[in-house]
Amino acid sequence: MDIPEDLKYTREHEWARKKGTRIVVGVTDFAQDQLGDVVYVELPDVGDPVKKGESFGVVESTKAVSELFAPVSGKVVEVNDPLSDAPETINEDPYEEGWMIAIEPADAKDLDGLMDAKAYRAFVEEQE
Amino acid sequence: MAQRTPLYDTHVRAGARLVEFAGWEMPVQYAGILAEHEAVRTRVGLFDVSHMGEVVFRGPKALESLNRIFTNDLSKVADGQAQYGCLCRDSGGIVDDVVVYRRAADDLLVCVNAGNRAKDYDWLAGHAGGADVRNESDDWAQLALQGPLAAQLLQRLTKVNLSQMRSYRFAPGEVAGVPCLVARTGYTGEDGFELFCPSAQGPKVWDALMEAGQPEKIQPAGLGCRDSLRLEMAYRLYGSDMDDSTTPLEAGLAWVVKLDKGEFVGREALVRQREQGLAKKLVGFTLVDAGIPRHGYTVQQDGRKVGEVTSGTKSPSLGTSIGLAYVPTALAAEGSTFAVEIRGRPAAARVVKTPFYVRK
Repeated sequence: MDIPEDLKYTREHEWARKKGTRIVVGVTDFAQDQLGDVVYVELPDVGDPVKKGESFGVVESTKAVSELFAPVSGKVVEVNDPLSDAPETINEDPYEEGWMIAIEPADAKDLDGLMDAKAYRAFVEEQE
Repeated sequence: MAQRTPLYDTHVRAGARLVEFAGWEMPVQYAGILAEHEAVRTRVGLFDVSHMGEVVFRGPKALESLNRIFTNDLSKVADGQAQYGCLCRDSGGIVDDVVVYRRAADDLLVCVNAGNRAKDYDWLAGHAGGADVRNESDDWAQLALQGPLAAQLLQRLTKVNLSQMRSYRFAPGEVAGVPCLVARTGYTGEDGFELFCPSAQGPKVWDALMEAGQPEKIQPAGLGCRDSLRLEMAYRLYGSDMDDSTTPLEAGLAWVVKLDKGEFVGREALVRQREQGLAKKLVGFTLVDAGIPRHGYTVQQDGRKVGEVTSGTKSPSLGTSIGLAYVPTALAAEGSTFAVEIRGRPAAARVVKTPFYVRK
């Protein structure tokens, strides 16, 4: 399982990457594997507010619906629109091309409360 | 604890992802639902469906007794022929939908849904009418070999002449040296076969098919694609699309209800319902708006709840969102429109002809 060292992780299996002042968000390799083939994704619009720990969208596989939870509070400043036509990108490349939204955080310190790669790996192994 | 089929170890070795379904620990996928779905539509897939149950009616009263609790008409099929139909309560509610394999007038095998094994056996034994009724569910493994290349592959492992076997016919015969009941039936909409064999021999038949199927690129297939395949055909799933509280007429299964064949359990209620007209009907629909309909979502008309989605998915073959829903009869005609509530928002839907998918 791929868990990049430089990212932060939530207990709901989202990852967060600091990029300048923004936080880019997606789901982890573990999450995409558990979901199975992703066939639909519903994301917020640019400008929408998101709140840490609350749902900002959904991904659906052939069988199931899963909510997406924001790792930090703030405002959506960019959305990966091509995902709506190619949701399988989330399975193929969850950490790069499969990114979902970029957030301008209200408080960048929100990130500090998330797990690092080592803690997330232990968390996932516990779940298996 | 969940039950396991005789193929459990085989699935684990093959890297299947297992889930609990109807009290059984079953493979939901091996390579992925979409890949398996496509394999069955274009080549051949192999399913373990040993969780399905088998109840056998034997004796001089077998045909007559079973026909009195079955909505279709077993006197109209020949020995060696299978027939789909429902078992109904006095109320007309569906106990189960089953396939009956008529080996002889005094020997009929009823294939029942996994989740209904115990309920069905109790129901059938309680209406034995002098027949010898046995629950042989644990004695049988059942494999479904489905897809356009199924016949050419299976023919290499059996002397049963498959080119002479039409749809919904079956014959006893060896497959890879194992005595089987070879039936040209299935739940995918593709050509294919269901093989009933003694439980302990299930893995042997599975391995033989997987090995012989290399040229056809045979794909082990799980319950995930079984569900998307059946839904593209608008085949009903017991427990999702119908249950004890719905009748076959409401579920769109009037074609397997023979009200004129004579007395059977549930007939009076069904005759009455037909005369009075149906309040609701199961229909196939596609979403016009974005989204995927799911079991339990609300059907709305003018902002009011008027029905419920019973099955839904994004069709892997068609790329569109499809579903089945109970709607008021006034909304059941092809072309009717209604809304499906998805996460608090209405998504426009249109009633369409089924099956959704038509084999080329």
